[in-house]
Amino acid sequence: MSGKGIQIVGLRKRYGSGDTAVDALRKVDMHVAPGEVVGLIGPSGSGKTTLLKCLGAVIEPTAGKMILGDDVIYDDGWKVKDLRALRRDRIGFVFQAPYLIPFLDVTDNVALLPMLAGIPNAEARKRAIELFKALDVEHRAKAMPSQLSGGEQQRVAIARGLVNRPPVILADEPTAPLDSERALAVIRILNDMAKKFETAIIVVTHDEKIIPTFKRIYHIRDGVTYEEAGEGRDFE
Amino acid sequence: MISLAGRDILHSWGKFVFTGMGLGLLIGITLSMAGIYRGMVDDAKVLLDNSGADLWVVQKDTLGPYAEPSSIYDDIWRGIRGIPGVDQAANITYLTMQVSKDSGDVRVMVAGITPGGPGTPGWPPYLVAGRQITRSHYEAVADIASGLKLGERIKLRRHHYTIVGLTRRMVSSNGDPMVFIPLKDAQEEQFLKDNDAIWAQRRRTAQNPAFNRPGVPGLLDAVIASQSTNPYVNAVLVRVKKGYDPEQVAESIRRWKRLTVYTRSQMEKILVGKLIATAAKQIFMFLVILSLVSSAIVAFIIYTLTLGKIREIAVLKLIGTKNRTIIALIMQQSIALGLIGFVVGKISATLLMAPIFPKHVLLEPLDSAIGLIAVVMICVLSSIVAIRAALKVDPAEAIGG
Ligand SMILES: Nc1ncnc2c1ncn2[C@@H]1O[C@H](COP(=O)(O)OP(=O)(O)OP(=O)(O)O)[C@@H](O)[C@H]1O
Ligand SMILES: [Mg+2]
Repeated sequence: MSGKGIQIVGLRKRYGSGDTAVDALRKVDMHVAPGEVVGLIGPSGSGKTTLLKCLGAVIEPTAGKMILGDDVIYDDGWKVKDLRALRRDRIGFVFQAPYLIPFLDVTDNVALLPMLAGIPNAEARKRAIELFKALDVEHRAKAMPSQLSGGEQQRVAIARGLVNRPPVILADEPTAPLDSERALAVIRILNDMAKKFETAIIVVTHDEKIIPTFKRIYHIRDGVTYEEAGEGRDFE
Repeated sequence: MISLAGRDILHSWGKFVFTGMGLGLLIGITLSMAGIYRGMVDDAKVLLDNSGADLWVVQKDTLGPYAEPSSIYDDIWRGIRGIPGVDQAANITYLTMQVSKDSGDVRVMVAGITPGGPGTPGWPPYLVAGRQITRSHYEAVADIASGLKLGERIKLRRHHYTIVGLTRRMVSSNGDPMVFIPLKDAQEEQFLKDNDAIWAQRRRTAQNPAFNRPGVPGLLDAVIASQSTNPYVNAVLVRVKKGYDPEQVAESIRRWKRLTVYTRSQMEKILVGKLIATAAKQIFMFLVILSLVSSAIVAFIIYTLTLGKIREIAVLKLIGTKNRTIIALIMQQSIALGLIGFVVGKISATLLMAPIFPKHVLLEPLDSAIGLIAVVMICVLSSIVAIRAALKVDPAEAIGG
């Protein structure tokens, strides 16, 4: 929760090799401070998802450097042994689709993460419920995911991304299924959480409704990032 | 930590219960097959136990009287009785035949027992109804499984017999119910010819000048008499005196009487190892096939269930679930399926299948325990395919495109 948030220097990712090789990321430089929410915008095929996958340690970059907090996690090769533990403890994911586990109730969908990290069930559930209060889904805590509306599912998914208080949250189109009011509510939650837990948050989006809310935006085109000041409009 | 497998099963319990029931019927058949084999072994042991004998004296170099025909003179028992260590010796005959009664035919094993009363080797040790045979002719004691009733009259070859007593679990090694009749009657039934054949034989003998000699009165009558009596029995059952080693007594009978003698354990080996060996092999093959089919079903079901959870598994991996946890999820479900199947199988074998099989089905707790272990092992092995599929899932899939 301390340190320098996220720092990416000269990150490259090439899919495949030879004639069919695709340079999805060619030169990515980014910096997100703790407590900051930045937007990542770019046309289809520009490399947004690839960047999130590299940062989320589910695919291996080809070259460059990634720093999380005080730790270099990638420098022309992984510097962390247990990538699953890294994902579990230090990175929160929020996807376009909520992808909740259908056979667990809402509370356990969220509480599962601290449980996996070895925290006792009761304590883990307490943490989940606290987040539900903040996200206004507390009344649905006992429901099964299939009984929730799309927006409620998305908020539960956000709670799941936050519950281990990771220093980094990666969100891929988190507001796509939501109406503008709900979408803004999600952005408000992410900003609140960023401040409260000193989290660095990257939000990939196409969503015109929320783009104006970012103070800082990275554009990505053909695998190259360009920084830009955002409008930082008040979304309250 | 919560049980992911348990939650998934609770969530889609219908799938598990129905598949478990299907699997359970297969397991039930498997248990019943094992039970049929045990029943055959048990029938053989019951036959030996109920005969009340420690030694079986049979025709030299035969596996008689159950596994091979054996025939010895019916006065040999006297000599055997005099051998040290012999408590009782009694003739016995066995004859498997079809008996007609009011409601159709029934296949029985007719045992001819010597006069002497209960406790004599070969006699039924206890009755569930009626009384033992008291007259020397035309009375019978039948096993209740034959369906015969007290007072019913049955026809064996040329004579009618009245059922005076009923036994239980007195069966041949084939599982056929036994019918006890007096030895003399049994000897007649075994060898007696019909009237026409006797007429024909008498005529032939009378016409043979060698037997019908002038000046040797009585020769013809003696020959005819010897032709129309049966001086043979199938075996002599011997009970050994307390304190004597049956094997030693058997050895002295072998030496003095030049006959083959089997002890209880040798007899059991003959029945189990030779008489029912083929049936046992057949049942064993069925067990192997059923196990293969069951494991294929478990493997297929678990594989399908896992494929249906690929996205959840990708999410679990993305949020940092260890492979061990995912393997446990799949394996526990597989074992749970097996356990449901086993319970259903055990219940159906006990309550549904065993009562309707014509043969004695003996469900041994030990077999059930072995079955349970086998089911669990099969389930663990069957989940390997699904586990491999799950381990290949890429956590990046959860992020999408
Ligand atoms: N597994 C892969 N193998 C080969 N090429 C890939 C793979 N994944 C992505 N690519 C290519 O890399 C480039 C960047 O893809 P990426 O998914 O990061 O785009 P994106 O910005 O997320 O697009 P969208 O907005 O449509 O989701 C594309 O040209 C794509 O075809
Ligand atoms: Mg994408």
